[in-house]
Parts: sequence; structure tokens; C-alpha cells
Amino acid sequence: MNDVSYEAAFDDGVTADAPDTDAYAGAYDTTEGRVYTVTGGDWDTVLAAADGEKERVVVNMGPQHPSTHGVLRLILEMQGETITEARCAIGYLHTGIEKNLEYRTWTQGVAYVTRMDYLAPIANEAAYCLGVEKLLGIVDDVPPRAQLMRIITLELNRISSHLVALATGGMEMGALTAMTNGFRDRELVLDMLEMITGLRMNHAYIRPGGVAQDMPEGGVEKIRAVLKQLPAQLDGVPTMLVDNGIWKDRTSGIGYLDLAGCMALGITGPVLRSAGLPHDLRKSQPYFGYEKFEFDVPTTDTCDVYGRFLVRLEEINQSMRILDQALDMLEPGPVMVADKKIAWPAQLSIGGDGQGNSLEHIRHIMGESMEALIHHFKLVTEGFHVPAGQVYAAIEAPRGEVGVHIVSDGGTRPYRVHFRDPSFNNLQATAAMCEGGQVADVVGAIASIDPVLGGVDR
Amino acid sequence: MTDTPEAVGGAVDVVPAGAPTLPVIDVRSGMFGSSGSGDTSGYGGLVRTVEMPAPTARPFGGWFDEVADEMDLALQDDGLSLDAAVEAVVVDRGEVTFHVRAEHLLAFVRRLRDESALRFEICTGVSGAHYPHQTGRELHAVWHFLSITHNRRVRVEVSAPESHPHVPSIVSVYPADDWHERETFDMFGIVFDDHPGLTRILMPDDWVGFPQRKDYPLGGIPVEYKGATIPPPDERRSYSS
Repeated sequence: MNDVSYEAAFDDGVTADAPDTDAYAGAYDTTEGRVYTVTGGDWDTVLAAADGEKERVVVNMGPQHPSTHGVLRLILEMQGETITEARCAIGYLHTGIEKNLEYRTWTQGVAYVTRMDYLAPIANEAAYCLGVEKLLGIVDDVPPRAQLMRIITLELNRISSHLVALATGGMEMGALTAMTNGFRDRELVLDMLEMITGLRMNHAYIRPGGVAQDMPEGGVEKIRAVLKQLPAQLDGVPTMLVDNGIWKDRTSGIGYLDLAGCMALGITGPVLRSAGLPHDLRKSQPYFGYEKFEFDVPTTDTCDVYGRFLVRLEEINQSMRILDQALDMLEPGPVMVADKKIAWPAQLSIGGDGQGNSLEHIRHIMGESMEALIHHFKLVTEGFHVPAGQVYAAIEAPRGEVGVHIVSDGGTRPYRVHFRDPSFNNLQATAAMCEGGQVADVVGAIASIDPVLGGVDR
Repeated sequence: MTDTPEAVGGAVDVVPAGAPTLPVIDVRSGMFGSSGSGDTSGYGGLVRTVEMPAPTARPFGGWFDEVADEMDLALQDDGLSLDAAVEAVVVDRGEVTFHVRAEHLLAFVRRLRDESALRFEICTGVSGAHYPHQTGRELHAVWHFLSITHNRRVRVEVSAPESHPHVPSIVSVYPADDWHERETFDMFGIVFDDHPGLTRILMPDDWVGFPQRKDYPLGGIPVEYKGATIPPPDERRSYSS
């Protein structure tokens, strides 16, 4: 191979734009006629090659495309600029999280599910832990402070997730300042989540029986400061977009899906609320004590991208309202159930010594009590048993209902965990929203569903 | 499962006569998942039956009876009854599960959606479960339905043998179930008859095998750490309880 120069390797006497020699493009016969694959080049050349053939253009948008919100592949059949058929291809981010859960303890599962919908990790953890607690029958035993910590992190997470929805949605339609502002404000919220959980994302914070750790010292004041700062910064969004003629023209009347369509396609979350139905699991089937909070469920009746944008914007305000009340309600107390057999494995974490054990504890199990050593060993290696049965637990995530179906065989590991991710379900509305519209509006429609492919593919 | 006063007034924990043996999903022995070597622990003789919650007799409690009665009434228009369509009803942890016979699933879910007293508008998808030890009913498809009108949830479970893994598709009634059924087909190999386009959705089109079945290995490679070799998660020794 040494005698072949770099140039010679490419100089095979064929010009690069000849369609039949491009490794990634060419023409071949199918049952539906001759198909030309095009990966770039001059459009006139392409048309000349296909001269006389029936023109039916199928465009693959994604899976690597800046405006498909992730590794989503859209297969668009077009007549000029009009979409005649739109289909989604997913699975590019499938990592087998549900299968992996079957080989880890109930507590370790939290660290897996948090990686599904990575923009709403807390929501995944909350749904999973609610399911495990239902199976254990300890839903009512979780201490109030733990429930409040869950609500605080859930609502912070809702704000950060909606800010990304606004930011990326704006960016995909050309409003770059919405992106820079959205991510700037999200960073404030992520700082709060980092302060509470230790991580910006993939928190593994909510655990079966409570939460991993208490609010750090000064945390309440810091969140209050952010709650004061955030509305002032968010004020830029309304003045920039809500009454912005370009933004309204760009988003009104596109991605249309009315209530009947939402019901048939099982749509939940902001998309459903943009069709006028104030359905919110926090109101209708409260969990973690949401019934104690005063907040509104914003709706619009426009059924379009603009309506979903307004719903998300108002939901951020409502989340801040909930946060304000939650901080007021916070009383000192435990953040994990009293049952040590669940609390100990559930709160297991790496400690200052890198192994998660205090010196007193080591002294106790190694020098004082054989029983304590046995218990330590069992709890650390085995975790806890969950009585056999199956449950379905659902919570209102930023994108809609995230449901988890958990089956236990009475062992220390889940027998089967299935996540009903809202993005997965809502993406089915792509065809209904896009077909008959313009190709440029597909971007807006997808952005208004706000799918997170980590959750879609799991 | 009948509406006779005796049954209603009867003990709650009585398993209905003729109900199939739903609960047992596995029988396990030993303690640490190892076999073949000499039993030095003394736990080798341990035998444990893994049982799911048993079928519940009437009254189910709360609104569960109301749903069952309404469903019974509605199914009579189809020439069916609740007893004919449903093998067993399990009430556990505040949730109700209807184990529906596959051949009557479509009639059942159609009534679930259309009857004003039931009105389960939203199907939140289907999940699967594989119970290799339940001979003849290894594969289960599990649907969850939400009624926004009445603020209720029900679970509908249908089983199929591994040798003939067919259950009806409910996409004609609940279009939302389209992708969910494709996923369950992809992961468990449950064939949803009359689905408009049952293809793999998460795995590649040409994938062989159904990853979520219990006999499908997790996969992984042994990892060497400081001279010791750590086997992949599904080959590590673990508690068999």
C-alpha cells in the first residue's frame, strides 16, 4: 500500500459528482421504479439525471440534524415544499435501560432511570420511586420534608426543562437570542439542583423511601434569591417573543392538533393543555402532597405551536409559585423513611472517605457488634426485598405523563420495569401535525412536542 | 365473579372457583444462585415459590365494583359477560387488573372507551412481561388505561403462550397504542394481530431475538480491575431469592 499516494487513492479518473460512483449516493432499481439517492451537490444535476422519471422526493431529516431536537430521524415525503407524508424513525439512542434495571438492586435503578429523559431526570426518578414505594406499601410513610424536597427538585427541574424547550424551540426557528437567554436562565436553575443533589443532571437524588440527602445549609435562601432573580430575567422572553410579530406569524396555526386528536393519540402535557383541557396529574391524582399547593393549570385553545409556547411560559411561573410555597412549608425533619432496612440501602452513597462509611460506623461494625456487621453486609450487597406484585405509578413530568409499570417477584431486583415516556407517546403526533404543512413548519411542530430522545429510546 | 348476593357477601380472600392458577411465576431453590458445587452454606435446600397476588373475589371495593358491573352490562350487548371475557380480576395495592381472554380483548377495550360510565379516553400504552415458568401463558401484554372523566385507572392483562405469541392489537380502538405495541413486539416478540405496521421500533430492523425476554442475556464483557476479573452483571453471583 505504500506506493499509493494519498492523491492517487482518490484519483480514479471519475469525477466526484458522477452519481453512480459516490459511495453514499447513486441510483438503483426498486419495485417502485428507479430510486436516486442524493447526498448533496447541484440540484440541477440531480434533476437532469432523473429526467423523465416520476418525481417523488423523500427527504431524510436527521438523525444528525440540528433542528430535530436530538437523534430523531424524520422521513418526509414532499411535493415541492409541502409535506405529504411524515414518519419518524427512532431507536438511535436505545441503550436498554429497562433490561439493565433487572440486573441491579431497587436502589441502583434510580441511577439508571435518571438517564432516560435527561432534561427531566428528577421526574423519572420520582415516578420510579413512587412505583417502588407503592409496591413496598410505604407511600404514606415518606416523611413530609422528603416529599417537599421532591416537590422542590421536581419544580426546579420543570423550570429548567421548559427553559430548554423555549431555548431550543426558539433556536430552531431562528430566534437565537431565545436560545442564549434560555440556556443562561437554565444555568441558574441547574446551579440550584447541583447545590441540592450534587449534580447538574443524572442526579439519582430521589430514592425509594425519601431523598438521598437533606437540603444543604443556606439552600433555602439561595433558592429564594434565584426565585427573585429569575422573573426579572424571564421578562425578556415575553417582550422578545410573546408579542413579537415575526414569532407569532412563525408559530401560530402550525403544528395544529385539537383535543380530539390529542385524546386519540394519548397526548398529555403542554400539547394537551394547548388544546384547552386543563389535565394535570398534580391536580387530578396528586402525589407527594401536591394537593396542599395553590397553583393554576394554564391552557390555551389555539392547539398550535404558539399556544404550547405560552403554556410552557406560564407553567414556569406556576412552578415558581409552587416553589415559593414549598420553601415556606419546609420544616426540619428526616428525609428518609424510618425503616432502616429500606433507608440504609436507599441512602447509600459515596462518603468523604470514598467508600461511604463514617469512622464511627466502621468501628461499630468491625470492633463492637457482629450483628451490625452482618446487617451491614446484607444491606449493602443485597439491598431490600420488595413484595411480589405489579403497580403503575404516574406523575406529571414537564412533557406529560411519565408512567412506570413495575413488576416485582419479591426479590431484591426489579423483575420488569417499563417506562411510558411522554416524548415517546407524543412523537406519534408528528404525522398529524406536519402532513399538509410546509417543510419549514415541521421544525416548529417537533419543537413544540419537545421530545427528548433519551426518553423516547430509553 | 358473579352478582349473586352470596358472592357479594362472601369472604374477600376466596379465590373464585375455576379461576386459573395465575399467581405462581417461579419456584426457586438455594440462596446464592450458585449450583454444582458442594452446598456448604446449608441454604441449598431452601425452596421458595414466587407468587403474584391471587385473584380477588367480589366485592372488589371502591369504584372497582362499579367498573366491573358497568363492563358486565356493556358486554351483554356484545353477547358476552364479564365472566366470559375476563379470566380473573386482581385487586392489589389499590389498583385493579382485569385478566382478559385474548379473543375478547377488542370488545373489552372498545367498551372501556365508549361507555359513558367507563370512558377511559386515554390508553397509556402497553408493556410486556415474560414469565418463563408459566407454561402456556409465558408472555403477558399489560395495558394501562386512564379515564380523565372519572379520574380512574385500570390495568388490562392478556397472556399468550411463547409457542403462539399472538394477542389482538387495539390500535383500531386506541390509535395511541401504535408505537407502544411495536415496542412490545420489538422487546418481547408478542405479535399484535391486525396492527397496521408491526415492525421493530427501537432495535435495528434486522435484529434477531427479543431483548426483554428472560432467556435473552444482558450481554457485556468481563472487566479487569487491579488484576481481578469482574464478570458482566448478568453472570455475577447474586441472591436467588
